Amino acid sequence: MPAETALRLLPDSSSDSSGQISGLAETARNGDRGAFDDLVAMTYRANYTLALRLTGNEEDARDVTQEAYLRAYRSIGSFRGDAHFSTWMHRITANCASTHLGRRWRHRHDTLATADEVMDLRPDSDPNACVEALELRGRVADALSELPPKLRAVVVLRDIYELPHDEVAEELGISPTAAKVRLHRARNQLRSMLFGDLGEVDSREV
Amino acid sequence: MKCDQVADHLEAVAAGEVVLPLESRRHVEGCLRCQAEMIQHRRVLRTMRSFRSDLLEPADGLLPEILSTIEAAGERHAVRSLLHRHRWAYLSGLAVACAAGAAGAIILTTRSRRSRRLVS
Repeated sequence: MPAETALRLLPDSSSDSSGQISGLAETARNGDRGAFDDLVAMTYRANYTLALRLTGNEEDARDVTQEAYLRAYRSIGSFRGDAHFSTWMHRITANCASTHLGRRWRHRHDTLATADEVMDLRPDSDPNACVEALELRGRVADALSELPPKLRAVVVLRDIYELPHDEVAEELGISPTAAKVRLHRARNQLRSMLFGDLGEVDSREV
Repeated sequence: MKCDQVADHLEAVAAGEVVLPLESRRHVEGCLRCQAEMIQHRRVLRTMRSFRSDLLEPADGLLPEILSTIEAAGERHAVRSLLHRHRWAYLSGLAVACAAGAAGAIILTTRSRRSRRLVS
């Protein structure tokens, strides 16, 4: 992820806008192009963020986001509204990213992404804890971008977006068992990248 | 019990996905190494969850790109459905013309037979 990538926090009004998004989704489902455009404008940053987390590359993230909205536009008629539009879009984005990553994997053009600048803009009562949390966020983001794409995709969907194991597997086109194995590897790899090996720590009983 | 027997499950325990059996839980409660590993997993997980509320700002131009892609797809769809409708109109016209031709041929044949019978 490029260093110039700016990071913002989701506005607090996100819950207010979810009602608006549902209304627009309903209108778009009935064939209103303008409503679909408004939906894109309201949700594209969140989907771009997901795409960037999954692909670890800005250019790929743009392609994935575009492809995801195109797929969504073609199948908006089948959107039943029993899930939030954002959740539906996240699934499409994850699916597109998986296809995209699979294509790249086959072509062996994968490169490791550079670290992204992560800034926590939230004020915190404890400045030390705030600095520590900020530093950890940066390190976790770095470690995440260094994970192999297949492991990264699983851990992003499960630990950031909190998708159930079955859905993670479905979105990535793998078996639930494979998803769990990848998640296990990804989490252990992340922990060891961030904190090192615990082999030297005294394991005596306390 | 040794750390190795528990270590494989610590990430899932930290995420609240797995509950260890009593013997393993007792080991973790009394083992500095396992506790440290569990805390590290929890810190990573907490940080990961905090990413959920982030919005990464794409470089300029992504929104217009998406909208123009959708517009182009919409136009292609419109042209395709127009051609589809035209195709049906042509086929319907052709079918009507064929039916009319067949009906005309039947009428002509019937008339010529009648006139032949009258002459004979």
